Amino acid sequence: MSVTQTGIDVPLMGFVGEVLERLGDVVVAVEQCEPRRGIARVDPARTVEAAERMFAMDGSRLVTATGLEVRDGIDVLYHWALEPQGVVVTLKVLATRPDLTLDSLANVLPAANWIERELHDLLGANFRDHPDMRRLLLDDTWPEGLHPLRKSFDQIKDRPPLPANQSPPDVDVDVKAHRGDHS
Amino acid sequence: MSHKTIINIGPFHPLQEEAEFFQLHVDGETVIDVDVRLSYNHRGIEKLDESKTFDQVPFVVERVCGICSASHPLAYVQAVEEIAHVDVPERSLYLRTIVNELERLHSHLLWVGLAGHFLGYNTVFMWAWKYREPVMDVLETATGSRVNYANAKIGGSRRDISDEQLREIDKVVGELHRPLDMLTNAVLDDPVLHARLKGVGILSPEAAKAYGAVGPTARGSGVPIDVRRDDPYAAYDLVDWDVVTAPGCDVFGKAVVRLLECYEAIKIIKQCIKQIRPGEIDAKVESIPPGEGIGRVEAPRGETFHYVRSDGSNRPVRHKIRAPSYVNIPTFKASCIGQQIADVAITLAAVDPCYSCTERMCRVVDADTHVQVYQFADLVRLSQQKTDRMRRS
Amino acid sequence: MALTTWALRKSLWVYHVNAGACNNCDIEVLALLTPRFDIERFGMILVGSPRHADVLAVTGVCTRQIMPRLQEVYMQMPKPCVVLAIGACANAQGIFTEAYHMGAAVDETIKAVDPSAIIIYVPGCPPKPEAMIAAAVKGMEFLKTL
Repeated sequence: MSVTQTGIDVPLMGFVGEVLERLGDVVVAVEQCEPRRGIARVDPARTVEAAERMFAMDGSRLVTATGLEVRDGIDVLYHWALEPQGVVVTLKVLATRPDLTLDSLANVLPAANWIERELHDLLGANFRDHPDMRRLLLDDTWPEGLHPLRKSFDQIKDRPPLPANQSPPDVDVDVKAHRGDHS
Repeated sequence: MSHKTIINIGPFHPLQEEAEFFQLHVDGETVIDVDVRLSYNHRGIEKLDESKTFDQVPFVVERVCGICSASHPLAYVQAVEEIAHVDVPERSLYLRTIVNELERLHSHLLWVGLAGHFLGYNTVFMWAWKYREPVMDVLETATGSRVNYANAKIGGSRRDISDEQLREIDKVVGELHRPLDMLTNAVLDDPVLHARLKGVGILSPEAAKAYGAVGPTARGSGVPIDVRRDDPYAAYDLVDWDVVTAPGCDVFGKAVVRLLECYEAIKIIKQCIKQIRPGEIDAKVESIPPGEGIGRVEAPRGETFHYVRSDGSNRPVRHKIRAPSYVNIPTFKASCIGQQIADVAITLAAVDPCYSCTERMCRVVDADTHVQVYQFADLVRLSQQKTDRMRRS
Repeated sequence: MALTTWALRKSLWVYHVNAGACNNCDIEVLALLTPRFDIERFGMILVGSPRHADVLAVTGVCTRQIMPRLQEVYMQMPKPCVVLAIGACANAQGIFTEAYHMGAAVDETIKAVDPSAIIIYVPGCPPKPEAMIAAAVKGMEFLKTL
């Protein structure tokens, strides 16, 4: 199954169909339109516009984003929940190789701040104009450019060396040394 | 006089699946900025799941967070059931609801106790945890463990609950009414608590939406979102209950929401026990077809979101987990700024991060000299002293 | 018996470190303080600083980020002291052994800075509070033999 194909266009219906219709021309293909779930592919150049239109709708909320490594790059799936209808609309955006770069949503949407930092850490996606792109999840000694959620990363074989041990204290901490003959 | 200081809270401060390190930038007594560093508790569960089979994953995800150990597996199995289009037997739906609501009861009582502790009401801490124990006991009899229930499996429930155990659960939750009345009255009627909690840690409904806040954090700001009602799963659409919201937008509102939700949980459990009928508990799923599915569960702290992608093999290709605190913690940026230091402990606690380990390794460092000024214990003491002062005056 | 070990026999003070646990062990540790289990009858309380503690209660897998910090905390404790490794994760990283963000196991991490550290293992996922009480009592008995 290839995710890069531009989609099996499905008829729009129900509340999900209404939402996708209101997004207008930022949607390039609709992959799923069911009563409670919708999946649509969005033009990578207009990610921010799509997010702004979603955010303007009543009861919409950015749940999170999922990064998926595919043949042509990284698919970023923005999951939007709409309440009280209880539907989840997923907007897929492809960040193509080799630069894997998308526009950041964090400036218009604080909820996207952490998840974009996480995608940068774990998958190596880059976000243009992100206000605060520091490391979020990986530890301080983790090498730059090593992304654990990539399919090529083996979680056992490709582990970087462990952080250095702290130097032991100068005082002798051997408990046996404390054993006296006072008893 | 302006004297800027950085307060470090953490790193031993686990919150759901992540321990974290807070830095409060304060000017005198007032907080001007909050910064968070995660990674201390990052274990790489999403990658680990890709190496497990579909049946093994629930046991990993229930160890994402010890307190939400019924919600995470349920969200995951719902995502897989969405891929495989499984019709879960009705008895199993009720069983899932009962275990999840018992979890909510024990989690909220836990929070009430800890909030009491931070405000200097150690009696509340002891009493809330005392009344939490019977809930843990029935969870143990019904599922086999006090905290890791391993209750949900793909297509149904792993283990049935006998009629005798159901009667026991009914009795225990019925007896919780009186202590809950006591705790609720203690919170609603105490003028000192009103003074300490009202108008503290304000999170406006607009900010809640922008940060994507969920659960009691959002409902305490008057945003009526609840996955149990909006996107019903398990047996929540078969029983009668209400979404609890509070208008205050402050810490008091969040406390009220949690206390009143305990009553709703009891109501739901009692109805489930009344309506549950004998029957199958497992749909016996053979294989998982290719596809992608989403599972959402209202955990005690808010919406737990799982995304699973299958390629038709026996392992997930991608499993994304979003715990409620992941979106609730960033709201500190909105709710802590402008607060006094003494109010920070309870504002952070109001989101219900697990505070079991927070009580240490918190230091206030003078930004100019880097000399340690406060320990976290001192922060809690400051908070407790403030309550004490108010109680006397 | 040296004065330090004589003084250690009663009223062990516990400092609790979460080294990347799922909170299960941590809430069970906290439950020990509450009326049902009441560990204070043994004179044990949780304290806010490793410098005041006789027992280091460690829960969790010891992630890469925690590893050096756990060693730091251990070195701050007055010696002799006892380490309680609580739960399957603290014993041998449990279900998370294969995950990529693991540091060394808790005992290895601590033995890297103090090869003669006293480590008591409390197995279980999570161990019941009764098991933790039993471990604490065993620790006290052990300290009497020093």
